[in-house]
Amino acid sequence: MRSYRKTLVSLLLVCLVLPLSAFADDLIMRRIAMTFPETMNALQSSIAEEGFKVSRVQRVDIGLTSSGYNTAEYRIVFFMREDEVRHIVEQHHELIAFLPLKITIFAEGNETILVTLNPMKLNEFFPELKMEKEFAEWNDKVIRILDRVQSE
Amino acid sequence: MFRILISIFILMLTSQAHARHDGEHLYAQNCAACHGYNGDGGMGVPLSLPDFLATASNDYLFKTIRNGRPGRVMPAFKHFSDDDVDSIINYIRGWSDSIAPMYSKKPVKGDAVHGNQLFQEHCAECHGETGTGGPGTGVTMSRPRKLPILAPALNNTGFLSSASDEMIKNTLIKGRKGTPMDSYLKEGLSEQDINDVVAYVRSFETQTTPDEASTEDEPVVIIKESPYSVEETVKNLENAVSSMNFRLIRIQNLDSGLTEEGKEDKKQVIIYSCNFNILNQALKLDPRVGLFLPCRVTVSEHGDKVHVMYANPKRMKEIYNNSELDSMCTDMKTVYEDMIDEALL
Repeated sequence: MRSYRKTLVSLLLVCLVLPLSAFADDLIMRRIAMTFPETMNALQSSIAEEGFKVSRVQRVDIGLTSSGYNTAEYRIVFFMREDEVRHIVEQHHELIAFLPLKITIFAEGNETILVTLNPMKLNEFFPELKMEKEFAEWNDKVIRILDRVQSE
Repeated sequence: MFRILISIFILMLTSQAHARHDGEHLYAQNCAACHGYNGDGGMGVPLSLPDFLATASNDYLFKTIRNGRPGRVMPAFKHFSDDDVDSIINYIRGWSDSIAPMYSKKPVKGDAVHGNQLFQEHCAECHGETGTGGPGTGVTMSRPRKLPILAPALNNTGFLSSASDEMIKNTLIKGRKGTPMDSYLKEGLSEQDINDVVAYVRSFETQTTPDEASTEDEPVVIIKESPYSVEETVKNLENAVSSMNFRLIRIQNLDSGLTEEGKEDKKQVIIYSCNFNILNQALKLDPRVGLFLPCRVTVSEHGDKVHVMYANPKRMKEIYNNSELDSMCTDMKTVYEDMIDEALL
């Protein structure tokens, strides 16, 4: 009876920590009912709240318009934590091509769309790295970042 | 202790179940980005059109959410429970007073050869000669679109397995106000003509379309060894970028902006470049491609080796479920290969 209970408790604990993200889609997308500048501000604050640092904002729209193409605001926000970058450079070299993490942000009228790669996809891409826990943590953080902006 | 754990577990399960069966919440998190908060459309088709809701059955909506549209952006939400899908459908239904239609699964009998003639005359302009649908990802205010709605791909396996013959027939009869889709009964077609068009659309199921090549054999990251130092390799890549008609955007260290200025790791360098013509074409096909922008090659010292690496576009395309990006991803892989070959000569 005691070993049955132990097994059941272990099973329950596994179920509780199993990330729902394991069943999610390759892309995580959110529509934000705010203008582009408002969303950009909210996004950068939300990224910081999860302990990440914004390393750069790539202004894709500026490059497009200066080359003669029409576009609404379209930017890419790069972010990461310095210690995570260093760890990956040392331990998981092949992952470098996907760093820093990023969120694409573009305007659609008075609303804004946020798109990012589901970090759990990296687990599918690199199963040999055995980094499911780290990817799941990134996934949870990225979802919190986007949900926080969406709920503002 | 055991009882407490069981109670916590049950509480968590019930609260998750409640959250997940909330159609509005599920819609906001999974559908609104493409279809709009009020179903007005965007990258995805408008769902709140009264004529759409009056002709789309719940069975059609259920199968569409469950199976998606392979190669046409709309993903298959396989991980949703039936209750989740039903709750989303109920939420969508709330936009209209019309009652959800129910259709017989009986095939509509018609002459597909005659239907083909009528299709080319009345439907092909928007849906394409072979039902491939309109190009791009639909209406988005980010870029100009000539139509208020993207014509769906009628030859898509997801559409064909979701729409019954009766539903297609009813759509042809009623049309969809707010889109270029008119009532073909009012346009002068007879009921038999419409049956013939339905038979032709259904015949797409038997037409062989080229199977999408599996990308699983493609490496995720392509890594090549450079015979040069990091600095020399970066310089060579800088030259190769301009010889490929790409504009150099910037050269930066991997940890630039994350670490104190001057303390960056100089042995991990990213070269960003862009061809704005290609970029413009890619964004027209799919505005989500920014995830792999700008074009990027990384030079990394690893042990006593210098590696040049890039995320393989032929593998990355699988995350978009957009077959229109296929040839572009293949071309971009060639661009990367040529760029790197030139730099490492």
